[in-house]
Amino acid sequence: MNIYETLRIGLRGIGANRLRSGLTVLGILIGVAAVIILVAVGNGTTQSVTSNLESLGTNTLTVRHGTFGQPGAETRTQFKDLTVADAKALMDADVAPDVKSASPVVTSQSTCSYEGTTHATSITGTWPSYFEASNSKVSTGNYFINDDVISARRNIVIGQTVVDELFGVVDPVGKQIYCDGTPFTVVGVLESKGSSGFSDADDTAIAPLTTVQNHLTGYRSLDSVLVQSSSSEVMDSAQSEVYSILDDRHSITDTTARDYQVLNQATLLSAVEETTSLLTILLGSVAAISLLVGGIGITNIMLVTVTERTREIGIRKAIGASKGAILGQFLVEATVLSVIGGAAGVLLALIVTRFSVMGITPIVMPASVAAAFGVSVAIGLFFGSYPANRAASLRPIEALRHE
Amino acid sequence: MTPVISLQQITKVYGAGETEVQALRGIDLTVNRGDYLAIMGASGSGKSTLMNIIGALDIASSGHYELDGINIDSLDESALSIVRNRKIGFIFQSFNLIPRTTALANVELPLLYRGVGRRERTTRATAALGAVGLADRTHHEPNELSGGQQQRVAVARALVAEPSLLLADEPTGNLDSRSTSDVLDLMDQMHAQGRTIVMITHEDSVAARADRIITLIDGLISSDHRTTR
Ligand SMILES: Nc1ncnc2c1ncn2[C@@H]1O[C@H](COP(=O)(O)OP(=O)(O)OP(=O)(O)O)[C@@H](O)[C@H]1O
Ligand SMILES: [Mg+2]
Repeated sequence: MNIYETLRIGLRGIGANRLRSGLTVLGILIGVAAVIILVAVGNGTTQSVTSNLESLGTNTLTVRHGTFGQPGAETRTQFKDLTVADAKALMDADVAPDVKSASPVVTSQSTCSYEGTTHATSITGTWPSYFEASNSKVSTGNYFINDDVISARRNIVIGQTVVDELFGVVDPVGKQIYCDGTPFTVVGVLESKGSSGFSDADDTAIAPLTTVQNHLTGYRSLDSVLVQSSSSEVMDSAQSEVYSILDDRHSITDTTARDYQVLNQATLLSAVEETTSLLTILLGSVAAISLLVGGIGITNIMLVTVTERTREIGIRKAIGASKGAILGQFLVEATVLSVIGGAAGVLLALIVTRFSVMGITPIVMPASVAAAFGVSVAIGLFFGSYPANRAASLRPIEALRHE
Repeated sequence: MTPVISLQQITKVYGAGETEVQALRGIDLTVNRGDYLAIMGASGSGKSTLMNIIGALDIASSGHYELDGINIDSLDESALSIVRNRKIGFIFQSFNLIPRTTALANVELPLLYRGVGRRERTTRATAALGAVGLADRTHHEPNELSGGQQQRVAVARALVAEPSLLLADEPTGNLDSRSTSDVLDLMDQMHAQGRTIVMITHEDSVAARADRIITLIDGLISSDHRTTR
């Protein structure tokens, strides 16, 4: 008996037991697809969160105004505003050699309109150094410059989402938009950073600090100061320089009760990466369990199959099938079923992962595809051949008597 | 001329200790080429046990067995499967066709396991089905056939490989009188063509078709005589 004939017998066996074959394929399919999809979702989440944070710049510190529920905050009498003078003080090259720039930031939630179309966005009032620190590049048009800040010109740079909402296909550069009633001239459009699941980094607008303060927010405390260190290696020393300057200026004696907070982008990034990789591991193990359950399902079906077909094995042996021929038949059946199931699972997973779920674009890991496919085929093969081997080793009369 | 079957002091013991059953207690039997032998005897007398040993489906506990001059006792399982395939055709009381598989595919199986090419297989299987009068049922599956038709498919399957020995364990036990005579007529034909047949039966009228009848009692041959035909 050649391989071709063995293949034919195996395929005929599959065709003769369609429901059982279908269930086996389904079990493998679900297991494989679950592993690939869940790992891809976990991976996609990690990448999206990380790239979201990276798009803010990896060598920046954010000084935020406020107490943020620190213990002792209520007992403090001093509560100073975060001011432009603070930002300027941070740029003192003698006291803070590792600080490259410090940009004061105020934000205003405003509704902007252009020729009757309106869109609500957040406008950041700041200095030109903010563009570099926050990794925001202009793709068409220009940045605003220091002179615009000094003269409080009503120039504005807008993000891609704002362009899409207000202008559609019209070139926005040079057009005038109204934000909360104040006319602004669009001087530039920001390069897209892409939406990243939780927030749309392109739904933003940036204007000179003085202009935003004059027309939109008024002269209250700054919301934050974005500090850029000269390199990512000196983040820690830059951070302590910021602390010592601001503690001094805000007359802080108790360092557990500051009226501001410094967020370190790099620390944040690694913390988030840790969390999301934990998520990937979690999803991965859920998927692995589902593959295992699928595998047990396959085992069960294969065991039942062979038991149920012991009599058939007996008949085949009685008319002269060798042990090898019987084993070959069941191996072909198990291989074909698990390969079809595995391939269908991979296909399904690849289709499903093309759609984003809640703003998260799943990213398929080739290793998970290989592992899921390999494991499922191995499970199918092992649990298909093991009971078949047992049955094929029976004496024909024992197999024939089997009920 | 070497006999087709030569059994010497064959015994078969099932189980051990308390539950030990002596199914065969020492059978001596010689069956010559072209013989048509019927085995009779009460239920539990060891007929099927003997048949399974003759068919190389089971192994005797002791004794000596030669089939067509081949010493069966010394063969391993893979050699036995070749013997079953080349030398023996089986017909069972319960038909034993492979379920969900067409009559043609069932009949082709012995040839397939022998390594006969596909075209020749189909030709020979179709001819065998024609010979048992089922030319119009080749693509029916067992559950689409009557009991008599299923047994005729089984006969075709036993015939197709042209074995030297045809073994039938109560082939008509599950059939009505019409199908019984169909199947027995087929076996008569084969006998007429010179095939050696061993058949188990409970019915005298069936046994009467054979030219030699042996009767088993408690695992021993109690009588062995030629019929007058
Ligand atoms: N697998 C087995 N294990 C234990 N005992 C067995 C086995 N097969 C048969 N026997 C015993 O061996 C004896 C002979 O059984 P066998 O099947 O040969 O009888 P039989 O003559 O074919 O009967 P029947 O006419 O009812 O088919 C019986 O007592 C039976 O109980
Ligand atoms: Mg019996």
